[in-house]
Amino acid sequence: MHELAITESIVAGVAERTGPARVRSLQLEIGLLSGVVPDAVRFCFDLAAEGTTLAGARLDIDEPEGQGKCLTCEEVFTVRTWAVICPCGSSDVDLLSGTQLRVRSVEVM
Amino acid sequence: MCATCGCSDDTGTRIDGVAVPGHDHSHGHEHSHGQDHARGHGHTHTVELEQDVLAKNDHLAGHNRAWLDQNTIRAVNIMSSPGSGKTTLLERTITGLGAEGVSVVEGDQEPPFDADRIRAPGCRAVQINTGAGCHLDAQMLSDALRSLDPPRGSVVLIENVGNLVCPALFDLGEHARVVVMSVPEGEDKPIKYPHMFRGADLVLLNKVDLLPHLDFDMDRFLEHLRRVNPGAALHPVSATRGEGLQEWYAWLGAHSPSAGTPVRAR
Repeated sequence: MHELAITESIVAGVAERTGPARVRSLQLEIGLLSGVVPDAVRFCFDLAAEGTTLAGARLDIDEPEGQGKCLTCEEVFTVRTWAVICPCGSSDVDLLSGTQLRVRSVEVM
Repeated sequence: MCATCGCSDDTGTRIDGVAVPGHDHSHGHEHSHGQDHARGHGHTHTVELEQDVLAKNDHLAGHNRAWLDQNTIRAVNIMSSPGSGKTTLLERTITGLGAEGVSVVEGDQEPPFDADRIRAPGCRAVQINTGAGCHLDAQMLSDALRSLDPPRGSVVLIENVGNLVCPALFDLGEHARVVVMSVPEGEDKPIKYPHMFRGADLVLLNKVDLLPHLDFDMDRFLEHLRRVNPGAALHPVSATRGEGLQEWYAWLGAHSPSAGTPVRAR
């Protein structure tokens, strides 16, 4: 379960940036195609944040869909799964977004 | 705790049995932004971070790639589920190509030492034991390369930890990614593990000598693979019987330093 690994990385990364301030909430962006399951991140967060300035913080997770550009018909369309097929039938698609895994912002005391 | 992935404590990672000291992912940056805003107020306020969670790993991977390029070395990251035949494939490859131009980084959770199998024909090899870790990361490869000291102009084959999920997320600084899948695993693997197959430059379909004994639907496998990765090269091989290995060697040759530009520059 790499979500524990990812969540610990989020906690360490935020603590490094916010210093001694208490963190009240985190605004995360976990793309639908990132390979990371948001519920698993929530499950791991309390454990990962225990004993840090992030303990007890709220997680606001945005799960944006991806965007793909068809290399056959040049249509840009919404992508929700890794089996990417353009409405024209082509699977030759350039993935423009949807794999992002970011901490957008945090709310601190 | 590993700052990038956190999945293994520092003492858990060993290269050929030697604990790796200071596995701290330090990379010379100051990340002080936001601290001034964060102190000394009685109310809450928002600090914009726009922080990529995998940024540290990707940064280190960039260093690895730059070092490899400076030394005209190409690195190939080989990934698969456990038991797909990666180590056997590497043994055959070293015998087939000769041990001079190839060296190997072996990633495994625990001994027994696959690296001993690789060294037997005279190949330069180091083993990374990740302990509880389910994948290699860029720091581990950096440590391994220091220990391995591969010669200029050579190819480094990296055998990642057997796992079709986690290794897909971690760039090591490699130039190409190979996914090995064996036919007993079933034709639906690409669609079940799309993240892994999507990132592959080459898929090696191993153990094809077993096809007459299995209900493996090759057409469905191709359909699944093309749906997640239309552009990946595909070579059917049998690492034990030798079938298809010449095509694999030719692909490696095309990705060797003497062949010019590396494929992957992320």
